[in-house]
Amino acid sequence: MTEKAESPAARTSFFYLAIILVTLILSVIALSLGVTALQGGDASAGSYALVGFIGLALSAYMLLQTQRRPSRVTFEMPQVITTILCQKCGFKNIRDFQRGDYVFKEAEPCPKCNEKMMIASIYREVKEKEKERLS
Amino acid sequence: MMLFVAFIFYGQRIQMYIMIREVESRLARLKFIRDEGRKMAISTIKEIGKPQEDPTERVDRFLEYIAIAPESMDPAGVVWKLEHVLDVRDIRFKDEVRLMAPEADEAQLNNLENTLEAALALNIIYKVIRHFYLLGKKTLSLYIIMQLQMVLPLIMREAEAFASALKAFATGQPIGDGAGALVAAKLMHGHEKRRIAQDIVVATVPLEGRTAHVLKSEGPGGNVGKPGDGIRRIIEETEGKIAAIVMVDAALKLEGEKPGDVAEGVGVAIGGPGIDQFKIEESVLKYKIPVNAVIVKEDIGDAVSPMRKEIFDAADTVIQRIKRLILERTKAGDSVIIAGIGNTIGIGQ
Ligand SMILES: [Zn+2]
Repeated sequence: MTEKAESPAARTSFFYLAIILVTLILSVIALSLGVTALQGGDASAGSYALVGFIGLALSAYMLLQTQRRPSRVTFEMPQVITTILCQKCGFKNIRDFQRGDYVFKEAEPCPKCNEKMMIASIYREVKEKEKERLS
Repeated sequence: MMLFVAFIFYGQRIQMYIMIREVESRLARLKFIRDEGRKMAISTIKEIGKPQEDPTERVDRFLEYIAIAPESMDPAGVVWKLEHVLDVRDIRFKDEVRLMAPEADEAQLNNLENTLEAALALNIIYKVIRHFYLLGKKTLSLYIIMQLQMVLPLIMREAEAFASALKAFATGQPIGDGAGALVAAKLMHGHEKRRIAQDIVVATVPLEGRTAHVLKSEGPGGNVGKPGDGIRRIIEETEGKIAAIVMVDAALKLEGEKPGDVAEGVGVAIGGPGIDQFKIEESVLKYKIPVNAVIVKEDIGDAVSPMRKEIFDAADTVIQRIKRLILERTKAGDSVIIAGIGNTIGIGQ
């Protein structure tokens, strides 16, 4: 169930590339037919051109889609910050979260007054970029 | 001309293929999340538990576990049946995790169990969506595929939430759901605690001239405990002489509301399968104790991913609200219960 599913995805993308190529070729042919028909004063020139342009647009769109897809696949860890506070003198040490940290855990002694420090907060800061709120 | 005819006769079919494609790409994403979650669970077990043998096979078996809900055709007493099933499931899970990770301590066991449960949820989501996708493809029924395509955005959000929960559980970081537990921890820090029910600790804290019995689930391992039993026992110990109960919990916000907003109300603020809510409602009814709720708003993603700063900071706002509440609604010398509800992972006391 792990490795087998990989190949159909690869196959479909190849299949899609083939389709895009065929559409592209067909639309170019349609366009050139349209041009010759126009030179011959034929009435079907418009529909040839239409088909050609639609085909071009379609293949361009599909190409864009295949380009876009892989970038969404991510599984990254969010940045979490641990704040260690000295109860006595207020000395603050801010660092990245480490496994084993928890809120109200006793931490290493304070470098200033040698009192036992304590983890005061653990949180994740979210960079606000997408939000402009309706209120 | 031919093109229009083709669209008239095959438009629906073309639309269906487009939908199938969309579902397919979402399904690939779900599969990716599921596999990454499984990998992360296994590597965490190896790292923390230091098992003798490879835990992969055991994990894979775990990911297929099911729990069957009790029959509710005759609903009387179904709460206790459900509680029993969930207890058995819980014990079974703990034993299983203990076998996978013999070196882990109690808190780490709880975290690993939560990690595996998140992986299990991801596995089930993936398999259900795959089921409907394959069914839709097989029957070529527009309606099956359409339904799937319509719910998928919400399902994806849920899956992403479970994925971030898994990461938080694997590392033992506090999550947004722990907002209630954090408030209780801040209130009871430095006071003597005792265990009053399964995974529930209580401390008696003087607060604004009242006696507050503050309870939360026992941290820093990931668990929610049985606050329903804890509250019932405190009420019994004091023979019902409780002037008010304040329950603090994280609650789902609506889109457009800010995360970390605090709201007040009445009623038993607690999530989960409803067992604890039922128990608390039963015990307060006996003595007619008013129950107040203070909630911290967050969306489903925030609730299960590492706690946001806004939610962490909301704990102090909640404490101010609780103080004002008991000043207004109780007299000096009264006893109150303050229950911090939620998963206490990464939060001590
Ligand atoms: Zn100091």
